[in-house]
Amino acid sequence: MLSTIATAAWSSPTIDYHALAPEMILGLGIVLLLLLDLFLSDARKWLLTPVASFTLLGAFIPVLTLALNDAGTRQMFDGRYVIDDFSLVMKGMFLLAGYVVVLLAADYIREGDYYQGEFWFLMLSSIMGMVMMASSRDLISIFVSLEFLSIPAYMLAAWRKRDSRSNEAGIKYYLLGVFASAIMLYGMSLLYGITNSTKLTEIGASLGSNLSSIRALAVFFVVIGFAFKISAVPFHTWAPDTYQGAPTPVTAFLSVASKAAGFVALVTVVYVGFPGSHAVWQPVFWILSAATMTLGNVMALKQTSIVRMLAYSSIAQGGFILMPLAVAGETGVAESALRAVVTYLIVYAATNLGVFAVVMVVARKTRSGEISSYGGLFSYAPGIATLMTIFMASLAGIPPFGGWFGKFAAFQSLVSAGTTWAYVLAIIGGVNSVVAFGYYGSILREMWMRPVPDGDTSPVPVKSSLAVALGITSLATLLLGVLPGLVIHFGDIAGLAGAFGR
Amino acid sequence: MEVISNHNWALTVGTFLPLVGVLIMLFIPKAEEALIKSVAIATAIATLAVGIYTMVQFDFGNAGAMQFVAKHDWISVIKSSYYIGIDGISLPLYLLSMVITVLVMIYSWDHVPSPGNPKAFFSLMLILQTGMAGTFIARDLILFFVFFELVLLPMYFMIGVWGGENRQYASLKFFLYTMFGSALMLVAFLALFFKTGAESFSIPFLIEQGVNISRTTQIWIFAGMFVGFAVKVPMFPFHTWLPDAHTQAPTQGSVILAAVLLKLGTYGFVRIAIPVLPEAARAWAPYIGGLAVIGIIYGSLGCLAQTDMKRLIAFSSVAHMGFVMLGISTLTSFGMNAAMFGMVAHGLITGMLFFVAGSVKERYHTLEIKRISGMLLQMPKLGWILGFCAMASLGLPGLAGFWGEFPAILSAYQPAPGLSVNVFRTYMVIAAIGTVFAAAYLLWLFQRIAFGEPAAEFAAGHGHDEDIHDVNKFEWIAWTPLLIAIVVFGVYPQLMFKVLDPAVGVTLKAFGG
Repeated sequence: MLSTIATAAWSSPTIDYHALAPEMILGLGIVLLLLLDLFLSDARKWLLTPVASFTLLGAFIPVLTLALNDAGTRQMFDGRYVIDDFSLVMKGMFLLAGYVVVLLAADYIREGDYYQGEFWFLMLSSIMGMVMMASSRDLISIFVSLEFLSIPAYMLAAWRKRDSRSNEAGIKYYLLGVFASAIMLYGMSLLYGITNSTKLTEIGASLGSNLSSIRALAVFFVVIGFAFKISAVPFHTWAPDTYQGAPTPVTAFLSVASKAAGFVALVTVVYVGFPGSHAVWQPVFWILSAATMTLGNVMALKQTSIVRMLAYSSIAQGGFILMPLAVAGETGVAESALRAVVTYLIVYAATNLGVFAVVMVVARKTRSGEISSYGGLFSYAPGIATLMTIFMASLAGIPPFGGWFGKFAAFQSLVSAGTTWAYVLAIIGGVNSVVAFGYYGSILREMWMRPVPDGDTSPVPVKSSLAVALGITSLATLLLGVLPGLVIHFGDIAGLAGAFGR
Repeated sequence: MEVISNHNWALTVGTFLPLVGVLIMLFIPKAEEALIKSVAIATAIATLAVGIYTMVQFDFGNAGAMQFVAKHDWISVIKSSYYIGIDGISLPLYLLSMVITVLVMIYSWDHVPSPGNPKAFFSLMLILQTGMAGTFIARDLILFFVFFELVLLPMYFMIGVWGGENRQYASLKFFLYTMFGSALMLVAFLALFFKTGAESFSIPFLIEQGVNISRTTQIWIFAGMFVGFAVKVPMFPFHTWLPDAHTQAPTQGSVILAAVLLKLGTYGFVRIAIPVLPEAARAWAPYIGGLAVIGIIYGSLGCLAQTDMKRLIAFSSVAHMGFVMLGISTLTSFGMNAAMFGMVAHGLITGMLFFVAGSVKERYHTLEIKRISGMLLQMPKLGWILGFCAMASLGLPGLAGFWGEFPAILSAYQPAPGLSVNVFRTYMVIAAIGTVFAAAYLLWLFQRIAFGEPAAEFAAGHGHDEDIHDVNKFEWIAWTPLLIAIVVFGVYPQLMFKVLDPAVGVTLKAFGG
């Protein structure tokens, strides 16, 4: 083996610099952040925030030019790193979501004196991992991307060093995350052993639809590994504690970007690597989806802390996003299922980031994380309350706010499969979306119908960066709901779904 | 596609104009209450003006055809388009929603319920208006669904914020019931979409293709839609949210709910479920008719047992919507016409009754029937208006209520071919008994409240003189058009039947009606 490597003529791989531009800009920004952090005095550390946000926006520019360029799918490194429509949509989403998180975190980090340089460095590294994940089509690059995005996130979760809850958040997230990685790695090693390749397309071709028990086990382990990442029940136990303990902007980041990255990896592996093995993963996704949305909803109903409720809400939403994957292997469903997942992720990102922006604005005034602290918000801060109403309605899937279209797309691909199991899951999803209103509605009830708990009706101050974040997210939520067609044009992502045809 | 008129901007403007008003109101400070109310009412009147323009331009000779049709790409990935149009069935309801909104807003000028905040209250009414009007003109299922759902949140807040003591429970119940119905309805819409070849959500297309779906599948899809629409109507046994919602809602909410929102359900049956799935409709018709007459009797008996005036009117809505559904379930042109007429008549009359109930509550601070009496002595005008509405509601010939109720009963005598005549004649008898109950509970209500001497606690000099006054200016402005309409449609029902009939004929094409 070694001798063949040694004797083979080395030819450097061709690198498409345009295609790699987003990653390179991110990389430059990360290095710049580290250097600046060394030389800036403490009083001027705030300069790092604009550097971080401009890095993210700067990396978004090549994503746009690549999307507008008609050159089609770009492949590098023997097809192990692919820039197609799917990856571009997801990269764009990660970068913009990252930008909104920077807006959310800017004041929080500066005021808390929380090692600004290191914070931005880790956050951008994590986003870098996500951006790479969107293009990875090889087990090794997927694993590297996953660790790249996860390890900084473990540290970010424990950022409030002196708070034991934050430490708990970090430790739990880390231990369960590593455990999940181990399971996934075991699955991957089995896959490599069976197929003698780490490239997903080759694995797909080699696995075919031949499902001996060892192959099924490999597929199962890989899928389960990602189930931790997307906090699917029963692998969700880390999420509520981590979300509650982590700094709020980090929670927003974890619940949106990190979760989306998990889904991207899952979809890539399943679509490109295991298209023929749907007999294994479809039932797994069916059970995960039904259990995740049901348990997430039921647990969310009893929460009194807003962040914990949002944690369970985020788990439940993950169940909805899983719904179309439970039928993605049926003939002709692959494309609509993929579109549903991508659409849902985008809508969910816009809405949930908005929710966290409101949570931060309100927490600044009330200094409380209880749902009851939202009492009477509409009477003294109608603007904030209206925005929160829009976000909650969107999460609950009520037209005309973004969320309805995500749910619609998921239901559509279920019904298009037309199997009995698909219909049963659709009914479970329908009932769950009604149950979900129980807790989203409880926030609305607090804001609109309950009295102000401590009688403090002084106006709510909104920092300018939070105002921008609220503006972006609410506009996106509305636009996605009223004219989903505008945005879903990016969702014509035949590339990845085409893997089923091959 | 039948483009008859090139004024097809009229429907779009008429539907979305209220949202423009909301946008303007966003920039007016909360303290400028008079300005806010003026802008809102001006918007509603402008919207109504567009509606009246639509009616004037409407080609009445061709009321069966879709007019003012507009069609644009909307969400092309899922093959849904912005497709709107109006025909003889939609037009009366479309206008009704606009008229009711204007009148409710005028009434609200000096009746903003506690805890105040006219800015939010009027904005919600305008949003409601967009949702209601949009539902009546949508020709695409997804568009219909979006508008259908758009009314949910504003009504939830109207009940929950401005409602009575038990408002939070009532608003949540209203919301969960409706949402559960819509979830099933959406799944049914999707199933319909895929069973017709996944080509379009446009209703005319689905009417063409729907007949090709196998009978069993049709029945299942119809079941999903049935739950969605029946909750909204509401039909027995899905009606339990209604008495709570009505009792707790502020007057304005009750009026809009009774006058327009309930019609979204019946409209859905007439416009979507029945023409798209004719075979399933035939299979379901006896059951729908059965639930309808159960609703009539159950609603009437419920009325007799009520001690609260508003709750009584709410139960009477269950009974009246039973007549509407009975007319629809016969699947005959005669019954359908009666049902459509009944929808508008019920909107006018029950809307009026809720207005009166609101004013009674404002004066006596209670709606408990046994505490109020002698209204005719204290407030003769209000008392007689109540009497008039009670007469109209019980179906007195010469008033609008009659033309919804009587032909609906009569239509059950001869249901569409394929339906069991015996079953429907039984329904007819039961429904006819229902009218007797209706007379009983309404006259009894009138008698207890209006006749006799004023109750001691409300007699002159007992501290209520300030509140107890007869109909005021804003009430007259808001009520007169409704009262006139009740008489006009009662005396000359042809005015509406001639608009409805051709469109009903088109709807029932599949039944040979």
